[in-house]
Amino acid sequence: MIFAALKKRLKYFDLDVSLSCLPGRMTVMIGPSGGGKTTIIRMLAGLQSPDEGRVVFGDEIWFDSDRGINVKPQKRRLGYVFQDYSLFPHLNLFDNAAFAAVDKKEVDGLFDLFKIDHLKKRKPHMVSGGERQRCAICQALARHPRLLLLDEPFSALDVVTRRGLREEFKSLKGKLACPVIYVTHDINEALFLADEILPVVDGKKDPGWMQRTITREPKEGMTARGAREPRLALVY
Amino acid sequence: MDYLALYVTLKLAVVTTVVLVVLAAPIAYLLAFARFPGKSFVEALIYLPMALPPTVIGFYLIILMGPRGWVGGLWQAATGGSLLFTFLGITVASIIYSLPFAIQPMKAAFSKIDRRLLENAYILGLSRRAAFLRVVLPNSVSGIAAAAVLVFLHSIGAFGVLLMVGGSIPGETKVASIAIYEAVEMMNYTAAGMIALSFLPISYVFLLLINKLNEGARA
Repeated sequence: MIFAALKKRLKYFDLDVSLSCLPGRMTVMIGPSGGGKTTIIRMLAGLQSPDEGRVVFGDEIWFDSDRGINVKPQKRRLGYVFQDYSLFPHLNLFDNAAFAAVDKKEVDGLFDLFKIDHLKKRKPHMVSGGERQRCAICQALARHPRLLLLDEPFSALDVVTRRGLREEFKSLKGKLACPVIYVTHDINEALFLADEILPVVDGKKDPGWMQRTITREPKEGMTARGAREPRLALVY
Repeated sequence: MDYLALYVTLKLAVVTTVVLVVLAAPIAYLLAFARFPGKSFVEALIYLPMALPPTVIGFYLIILMGPRGWVGGLWQAATGGSLLFTFLGITVASIIYSLPFAIQPMKAAFSKIDRRLLENAYILGLSRRAAFLRVVLPNSVSGIAAAAVLVFLHSIGAFGVLLMVGGSIPGETKVASIAIYEAVEMMNYTAAGMIALSFLPISYVFLLLINKLNEGARA
């Protein structure tokens, strides 16, 4: 399992969050844009360092500010699916997915599973956004990640594609043996996928955020931007 | 026609291009991605040969590579020979003279690469060096090719720097541009015209190549 307690001073607020996730389970981080979700994911991946705190994976310590430990992203062996643009443009989809594969033969199976088998030889710019994201998930899974991080993987896609992928991903979740941490600002998506939901607002855990967002007009002090986004998402 | 001078020119241009592409790639990578104190000063220093008159570069190279300069002194201590008036000497001069033309397009190509690609490469377990070789280089092919073409064209046109550092020793340091100059000095316009004419197709073809590469980079 993964456990993290993270503190970091950011430009507009101080981030202070702790989270954990068990193997085979999915923790969905939700909250308004600019609330620190991506920063948290990046700290778990080792792309950014917290000012203070710990990241522990099983019996390995990935980060510990007191002991001066900071394991490089290369050594954490995790999967990270970005919102978009993370496939290598010079490689075709198959080579992208096989880029860091433990066993290149498994890539075929993954491509079958994600229904992009016929696109193996295409370059990323020759396929649709949904197909690119499918390939990005294959790329992450082929490495046999010990932890899977997904940062709004479907939010750049159109509604229909997004809904389809969301469902495929949910059925895949049961087969994964690693903890999955998933970031979204879409409440439907969070409710649909999550075993556990972690609402993050301005860098802190805010358990009442979802309820407030769904039931009430934005209160004073709460950013309208943050409250409207999921409201739109509820329409479809 | 002075084939020997043309040969020296082409040899010099090829050696300069090969050395510079290999040498400039890591420097351009650092300039594009690394942050370190005094970076803008280092960068300006690297671009200095572009801004200085060639004779000024030549002058400082004579000072540096002469027997009493530290590079020339070290070279003499190591080999017993002189760097000035040798092919190696003009190669060093040509490399320094063309350095900015190698760095600039490569740095531009590297800077265009999305940082998330590099981050994804690190996540997938690649070291910085492996990421440079497997992600940065293959996605900068047109920029590197543009750098190579520019360096090649710039080195076949070098004159002042080479004349100062290398003089005009046939088969060693007498390049085509110096041969043209000397032919004109001796009123031998036919010889000068022949060499001059041989440059036209080379330069023209390379310019076409640059245009193709730029189109490729934009697509």
